[in-house]
Amino acid sequence: MSHGNMKITLKVWRQKNAKINGQLVTYQLNDISPDMSFLEMFDVLNEQLITKGEDPVAFDHDCREGICGMCSMFINGRPHGPKNKVTTCQLHMRSFKDGDTIVVEPWRAAAFPVIKDLTVDRTAFDRIIAKGGFISVNTGNAQDANSLPIPKHDADKSFEAAACIGCGACVATCKNSSAMLFVSAKISQLALLPQGQVERVARAKNMVAQMDAEGFGNCSNTGACEIECPKGISLENIARMNREFYVANLKD
Amino acid sequence: MSKLDSKIPEGSIEQKWSKYKSSVALVNPANKRSLEIIVVGSGLAGSSAAASLAEMGYKVKVFCFQDSPRRAHSIAAQGGINAAKNYQNDGDSTYRLFYDTIKGGDYRAREGNVHRLAEVSASIIDQCVAQGVPLAREYGGMLSNRSFGGTQVQRTFYAAGQTGQQLLLGAYSALERQIGLGAVEMYSRHEMLEVVTIEGKARGIIARDLITGKLERHFGHAVLLCTGGYGNVFYLSTNAMGSNVTAAWKAHKKGAFFGNPCYTQIHPTCIPVSGDHQSKLTLMSESLRNDGRIWVPKKAGDTRKPNEIPEEERDYYLERRYPAFGNLVPRDVASRAAKERCDAGFGVGASKMAVYLDYKAAIDRYGKTKAKTLGVDNPTPAQLRDFGKQVVEEKYGNLFEMYEQITGENPYEVPMRIYPAVHYTMGGLWVDYNLMTTVPGMYALGEANFSDHGANRLGASALMQGLADGYFVIPYTIGAYLANEIRTKAIPTDHEAFVNAEKEVQSQIDKFFAIKGTKSVDHFHKRLGKIMWDKCGMARNEKGLKEAIQEIRALREEFWKDLRVTGEPNELNPELEKAGRVADFLELGELMCIDALNRNESCGGHFREEFQTEEGEANRDDVNYSYVAAWENKGNNGWELHKEELKFEAIKIAARSYK
Repeated sequence: MSHGNMKITLKVWRQKNAKINGQLVTYQLNDISPDMSFLEMFDVLNEQLITKGEDPVAFDHDCREGICGMCSMFINGRPHGPKNKVTTCQLHMRSFKDGDTIVVEPWRAAAFPVIKDLTVDRTAFDRIIAKGGFISVNTGNAQDANSLPIPKHDADKSFEAAACIGCGACVATCKNSSAMLFVSAKISQLALLPQGQVERVARAKNMVAQMDAEGFGNCSNTGACEIECPKGISLENIARMNREFYVANLKD
Repeated sequence: MSKLDSKIPEGSIEQKWSKYKSSVALVNPANKRSLEIIVVGSGLAGSSAAASLAEMGYKVKVFCFQDSPRRAHSIAAQGGINAAKNYQNDGDSTYRLFYDTIKGGDYRAREGNVHRLAEVSASIIDQCVAQGVPLAREYGGMLSNRSFGGTQVQRTFYAAGQTGQQLLLGAYSALERQIGLGAVEMYSRHEMLEVVTIEGKARGIIARDLITGKLERHFGHAVLLCTGGYGNVFYLSTNAMGSNVTAAWKAHKKGAFFGNPCYTQIHPTCIPVSGDHQSKLTLMSESLRNDGRIWVPKKAGDTRKPNEIPEEERDYYLERRYPAFGNLVPRDVASRAAKERCDAGFGVGASKMAVYLDYKAAIDRYGKTKAKTLGVDNPTPAQLRDFGKQVVEEKYGNLFEMYEQITGENPYEVPMRIYPAVHYTMGGLWVDYNLMTTVPGMYALGEANFSDHGANRLGASALMQGLADGYFVIPYTIGAYLANEIRTKAIPTDHEAFVNAEKEVQSQIDKFFAIKGTKSVDHFHKRLGKIMWDKCGMARNEKGLKEAIQEIRALREEFWKDLRVTGEPNELNPELEKAGRVADFLELGELMCIDALNRNESCGGHFREEFQTEEGEANRDDVNYSYVAAWENKGNNGWELHKEELKFEAIKIAARSYK
């Protein structure tokens, strides 16, 4: 029942490790079902490779329900493939046609070095968060949760920014490899809340400094990140981050 | 004689925790700086524990197999988190949350732990809001609550359908802050593969760097396992692909007893399997049962499309069997009823392993109400349908979208197909009141332990337990142990215990590569999953469980003879990672069946077909089975049962009926 009749030609980036150059390798897949997810198609490919005694394709994935942010494939020139607001794991083969050729590459950015095949190192994101993507409140410090009313509009805006899954699609699609959508989403989430005011200045300066140190590029307002973001994080956040950053420098 | 001492403090249920907190041993700040704690897993329990302990001054190391601690599967929780805040003025209290949790667990959880959980629940919400977690709010700026199954008050806090994500990112931000301050050393893309014990105490771990394949030795005065549940023993579940039992299982083989392994939660509303390519299952929130009606055709093997089947030829089996609760029966009951219909040949869809969840009646009903609200007299049927769809979209739009994304069908037009799926495991490492396992110095937090949910977990309680353990329990209880460790100097990792543990890990890795068989890891995992699902799943019986034990043993033997692991050990090698995890599932699966076979009663998620009432309901046996089954590993896949009797002093034990 699972067998479909789609024939797919895959061109997949294979790279043994960070030190060796990689190249695109072509694979033929038959009997692909339109109900398969994109990653399940890769499961089929890997099963075939293992049967032949070859090394399967390494790729990052975990929850396979669009929320953990681990999956990261650059599909036919677009991060997470042809559909908007969908992660690779939630992309299904019915979005392709029988006979299609699909090119799959890793995220490409100097700050995201390839580890193997389609797997890249995104720990730069963690290091940016560690510089200020938090509110310094130790466990036990908190006051009653309702002692601080927050206008619903602000809470909702903050939530929309907080929906970022940290996948890195914004960086992968940006011609400058800019991480500004990611960084601005966290800065916005906290800047919109009263709890975030105390550390506002230091947060903007420190996170932006780390972003630059990691080698991410600048923003030239092309807006590709917003279109490719699987969670619909708005470009508005970048404007807010810039404001936070300028104000922070003025206050210094 | 039982070796188990639950260490529940004396005194009335309301006073146990507060008295304990005022009398537990403390560690002074100077000593904390020289005490090292290893935390394995970075979900709600692990991240919150690591951040809190580092804030207190301990030296902490955190390990996770994902590329970042933010990916842990707590992130996928949808619905919400319970807390006894009583912000809705509807009569909630610590006692009521305690009572609901004990009853929901079918009277198989420990009173002392559950009361403590209810007590600290309110502080969790305070802490998360202070961290900047954007929980849902009302127009007045106050926090919003919603209802959840098994309760009569509104105590569930939420952030749209992404509550787990927001809470985890809150704990992750606290963790990253400590990493930035140098108080926590983070080891992502590292997998713990062995526990190191010295003179009976946990003293460290062996971890594999998943990028280089290098085995590393790490010392700790205490080791905290926050590694989640083992639902992936079934292959298909709502767990993440990497979720595994390995850390807990290695601990079990080094002396930690495993509690109630057979207690598994099967969630009734998941998107069904579409074929044998399927790699995981996706949950559709329980809230959909509020408005949807569940049915199958009255005729077995009916191949007509759902909209072509007339009303009188549909069997709304939950409404038929449970007129009082209808479509809102609890999770375990709804799941078993769906399985019963499908097994009898009434299932729908290509696989015939699904039932319909139909929104037509709700769309009609809401359409009429909305027409009245808008003042539209004599609306056309098309108008009514549009109005109805609008209302349903406001309430459940994101879920309907997700369904369409996965199945390619529009649930506004055709009924959804759903089927139960493995979701959560109530069983786990046995722990005492301090959350310590039977190995001194080794702790288990969150889903990895067995302690708070009994035989069935209520919705919105898993997030509560994970964060309670990490933020508000372990920071106190770990003092009871570490206060006596202040004279223990860090043990150099060239100690023979570390050397030997590393050798064991290395020899297992070598063994995997030496087999050079013909079948992939997934091949064995799928077969194990099928045995578990068919014979130790929603309904179990003696014959099936005995067969399952034999089949698992045979499969294990085949695994070690015919497995093929490609690639090399000293590189990123997902096949090698999976091989280690499935090897452990192949042992755990047997223990789950042994535990299910031992428990000659039905309770919560454990349903033994031999023990049911005439109406087909679970028949609990409080006289003989009111105990926690804690299994000691005796080596060579042999186990000895230890019983911890459950005493109910604050709550009167009663039958659970939904008729």
